[in-house]
Amino acid sequence: MYLLEVRDLTKHFGGIRAIEEVRFRVREGSIMSIIGPNGAGKTTLFNCLTGLTRPTKGGIYFLETEITGFQPNNIVEIGIARTFQNIRLFKEMSVLENVMVSQHCRTRSGLFPSILRNKTFKREEQTIREKAMEYIEFVGLEDFAETLASNLPYGSQKRLEIARAIATEPRLILLDEPTAGMNPQETSEMMELIKRLQELGKTIILIEHDMRVVMGISENIVVLDHGVKIAEGTPVDIRKNPLVIEAYLGKEH
Amino acid sequence: MTGHRTQNTDKKSPGSGFRALSSISRPVIIALWLALLFLPFKGIKAASILFAVLSTFIFLLRFLLDYIKPLKEKLHDARAHLTKRLRITSFQTEGASLIIRYLLLLFIISVPFFARDYFIDIAILAGIYIILAQGLNVVVGFAGLLNLGFVAFYAIGAYAYALLNTKLGLGFWTSLPLSVGLVTLSGFILAVPALRLRGDYLAIVTLGFGEIVRLVLNNWDSVTKGPNGIGGIEPPYLFGISLNGLSHYYYFILVFVALSVFIVRRVYVSRIGRAWVAIREDEIASSSIGINTTAYKLYAFAFGAFWAGVAGVLFAAKMRFVSPESFTFMESVLILCMVILGGLGSIPGVILGAIILVMLPEMLREIQLYRMLALGSGLVLLMIFRPQGLFRSSPLTRAVLRGGKGVSFRS
Repeated sequence: MYLLEVRDLTKHFGGIRAIEEVRFRVREGSIMSIIGPNGAGKTTLFNCLTGLTRPTKGGIYFLETEITGFQPNNIVEIGIARTFQNIRLFKEMSVLENVMVSQHCRTRSGLFPSILRNKTFKREEQTIREKAMEYIEFVGLEDFAETLASNLPYGSQKRLEIARAIATEPRLILLDEPTAGMNPQETSEMMELIKRLQELGKTIILIEHDMRVVMGISENIVVLDHGVKIAEGTPVDIRKNPLVIEAYLGKEH
Repeated sequence: MTGHRTQNTDKKSPGSGFRALSSISRPVIIALWLALLFLPFKGIKAASILFAVLSTFIFLLRFLLDYIKPLKEKLHDARAHLTKRLRITSFQTEGASLIIRYLLLLFIISVPFFARDYFIDIAILAGIYIILAQGLNVVVGFAGLLNLGFVAFYAIGAYAYALLNTKLGLGFWTSLPLSVGLVTLSGFILAVPALRLRGDYLAIVTLGFGEIVRLVLNNWDSVTKGPNGIGGIEPPYLFGISLNGLSHYYYFILVFVALSVFIVRRVYVSRIGRAWVAIREDEIASSSIGINTTAYKLYAFAFGAFWAGVAGVLFAAKMRFVSPESFTFMESVLILCMVILGGLGSIPGVILGAIILVMLPEMLREIQLYRMLALGSGLVLLMIFRPQGLFRSSPLTRAVLRGGKGVSFRS
């Protein structure tokens, strides 16, 4: 069963063709990588998938239901979460608060329960906090629960973004360059974390430049170049594909 | 962008350029600037005296602060260490602050027994402004939406009560929900088109809205009696007794102030408050974790307007007269100043900000001509030395976490 299907997705910004008729499918429970040189349209693709930009043409199907043009919050509600390439945490909130607020769309308390503090409200707050602590422990930040997000070191901020994404209880997680700017030690820890996410039953799509990560954990790879899909296949196939080598290293003369 | 928030972090603070200057030249520059400000009014002699006094004062203040800082840190470290060792969540200062709180409460309650009428009158005004500032704090401090026309909601609330009371003869308790409901609705109506805009553009639209409301009130003679205003508004009554006396009204306002602080605080420390703060911090990230940003910005606008409506009704009932003069753009700026002075997003800060900005001009009445100048320069000094306001907004979960492990990181 395919969790996500992208059909002929096209996005033009004025005359610039950011993505041109890209199509691929993602199997539930798998890890897929999207690679390509800078400016290939990888992040634009993510923005289309999460509703931040509206595609010019084409369709996105989640569990065979069309979700093209949904609002970002609706996309999260149906089960797609993401992280950002340039970290976007809530800086003036603590680690715990960052993860607590991410359960927003899975909770219901409105204005009056908040004012009256009835039993349902208290129970919900309790659950939110307990779950948030679980997610924080999952990414290994339990000692920093009360630290302000902006005071965390870079690697931990990336992990907090992942905790925040899984707190929305998604089936599909989109990771935009999770290991960018990390040292080898941090990178292998991040790979470990991504594998543990898969073990939880989450499906993962990642944009990544580090080939060690891409070849190490992904089952399927999609290669984009100038907005066009030039190859798709297993790590072994991609490594040998002449088109991919050309896109990365240039043509032989 | 959340420009006014980033000032809080030390690295990006606009003062960092200042800090590069030596600790001597900075007070001199500030004092010089202020002296130049006063120069056209008082001549060269007074300005130079002011310059000398101010630069010495600021210099001494900095010296003192530098001296106190390490001591304070030491104390804080020791306390944190002890708290950990003794495994208690709160230190004895909690007891002390509790005593201070009760004394403060006693003071607030006993004001009408010893204060002059003049003082009670100002205290009532301060109460109305506290409610207003609470409302604006929700919009600007929590949700990060700059609203420069907040006074419009205040005006609509006041006029709604004035008209319902004088034209239709409705009493206070019938008019209150009707007027406040109308104001909340107008908050929604403004928010729907305005929230498509961000930052500066939103500020300009709200500013325009404030002016439109004032101009309508000023020119719609047949209904609002234009600049003459509406008089003869009934004071509120309780259990059949009309609340005529100042001290009665003082307690009456006090109840509303307490209610506003209580409700705003509870909403702040909840799912809704967290969503607001998330939107303030990063709108795109909040929508990407499933917050309906449009809906929650709308909520913030309407919830803020609600309190402005309450304040407006109370104002009309207190003054028993309303005119467009009370709802100028300056008033919006004043309320915004209260919020910024106290500390964006901080509930106790906003209360203090409102009290200071109502009381200070009254206390400075002796120097009539210069009080606005003094107030203005005071605000500028505050922004230089303490851009986050008098109070820093407290972390959302402190109340939730009480009894949990460890000491709070922001104290």
